[in-house]
Amino acid sequence: MSIHVLKQGLQTTVQDFGRPGYAHLGISTSGAADAFSFQIGNKLVGNDPHDAALEITLSGGEYEFTSDACIALTGSEFNASVDDEQVSIWTWTNIKKGQSLKIRSSYDGARCYLCVRGGIDVPLLLNSRSTHLMTGLGGFEGRALRKGNVLDTYQSGNNNSRVELINFNEIQKHLDRKTIRVIKTMVGDWFNVDGWDLFLNEKFTVSQSFSRMGIRLEGNHIQSSQGNEILTQGVPLGAIQVPGSGNPIISFVEHQTTGGYPCIANVISADLCRVGQLKPGDTFQFELVNFEAAEQLYNEQMKFIHNLSAS
Amino acid sequence: MTISSDFKITPASDRTLLIQFGEENSPNVQKAVFLFSHYLMDHPLEGIANFHPGYASILVSVDIDNTSVKSIQKDLQQAWYDSGNIELPESKLIEILVLYGGEYGPDLIYVAEHNGISESDVIELHSCGEYYVSFIGFTPGFPYISGLNPKLETPRLNTPRKRVPAGSVAIGGSQTGIYPLESPGGWNLIGQTPIQIFDINHPENALINMRDKIKFIPIDEEEFERLKQS
Repeated sequence: MSIHVLKQGLQTTVQDFGRPGYAHLGISTSGAADAFSFQIGNKLVGNDPHDAALEITLSGGEYEFTSDACIALTGSEFNASVDDEQVSIWTWTNIKKGQSLKIRSSYDGARCYLCVRGGIDVPLLLNSRSTHLMTGLGGFEGRALRKGNVLDTYQSGNNNSRVELINFNEIQKHLDRKTIRVIKTMVGDWFNVDGWDLFLNEKFTVSQSFSRMGIRLEGNHIQSSQGNEILTQGVPLGAIQVPGSGNPIISFVEHQTTGGYPCIANVISADLCRVGQLKPGDTFQFELVNFEAAEQLYNEQMKFIHNLSAS
Repeated sequence: MTISSDFKITPASDRTLLIQFGEENSPNVQKAVFLFSHYLMDHPLEGIANFHPGYASILVSVDIDNTSVKSIQKDLQQAWYDSGNIELPESKLIEILVLYGGEYGPDLIYVAEHNGISESDVIELHSCGEYYVSFIGFTPGFPYISGLNPKLETPRLNTPRKRVPAGSVAIGGSQTGIYPLESPGGWNLIGQTPIQIFDINHPENALINMRDKIKFIPIDEEEFERLKQS
């Protein structure tokens, strides 16, 4: 089966669970920005959780299916329809041959995932189908989809059963982007009490400088008391870097593998999906948790995905 | 090989560990980063998703879907102990042919002016230097090359270029580097190599690797064109 792009969205890319194993060669992992919604979408249509899907950003585009298909939309709710009938989020939907799916703008956060039973089939690059937009590698020709592009899915598809979701409140809890939880980093002490007070007690706004590589925040200027440069070292996913300007930057899935700005804190793994849903103009607050809490929250999130069972 | 360096290992996030071999990049610390990176490449540890070498540290990211940060911390301690028995192979010497100046090195003039020397002095000083690759980072295949003559140090551009051609040889502060792929960039471009140093489809076959010695060799436009076409 193929999917024809009749109208392009703002930034629709092919993503899977990322491309680990090459950071020492300067290649960051990439992969779904909201891996929580991405994995659930795959489970809904009966795919393996890490099969490739389309990641849709802010506005969606139009996609025609050349044969009957089973799809699911997860993540933020977008205005989506097939033949003027609204398509619900967090559930699977059957689409008939020749029908097209229209995805307009988001009612909510930055991204949704269009998962198709069988998974999107683009050539593997270094064991992954993820697009790394900043360097133009992987996915569909290393770039966002354009009008006229044709995507294939796997011929046979997977044989897993489809899953029905019931606990929507639980899902909203994982994706509540009013709060982003962090743990303190080793150079966290470079920032004094006033810096930490601003960081944790004031609201930040997501600026227009927003990409899969990093998200620049506005609202408060945080100053390190020990300079703005560290000896260049590896940058973790979710690191909150503070350059001289004082506007923090959250390093994200396509981040540079090494960097020289001090990091005040690091987003916990369970809240990376929230970061993936932040969009320009959103305001939120950081909350400090400890390492053990962070580990437990992530394990609970994984258990939630794992326990979604067949209908 | 016995190396006198620290091995301080601390979580940097809930999915990464930072191994610090010292506070700054002294020769011993640099050697420890080389040794342990080499060890991790040759003996991949299950449960490690990535490792990112830096000047004095290695950041290790953990596959937390399958293991825990604590368990990898133990494995890394053991690996550090085991790595003491290996010998690093001789480092390779890579010669990089460079056409300096002109349209391929539009900032050569600025680097000369900034340092109060002539353009040919810049070429002379840059191409007689002995360099080595501290690590690969930042973007795919980008070598952090140490050993720039202090007389050539030049601050980065105020406004980075949106497009720097692949193969550009550049100076940024006290470092020199080569852009492996076309990308944005804020360093001063002093020349270009016609040789492809990195192919994204085969990153393991990169021409330039961590620890390699680098020598820049000036070439003329005729040779540049000939090599570019071959």
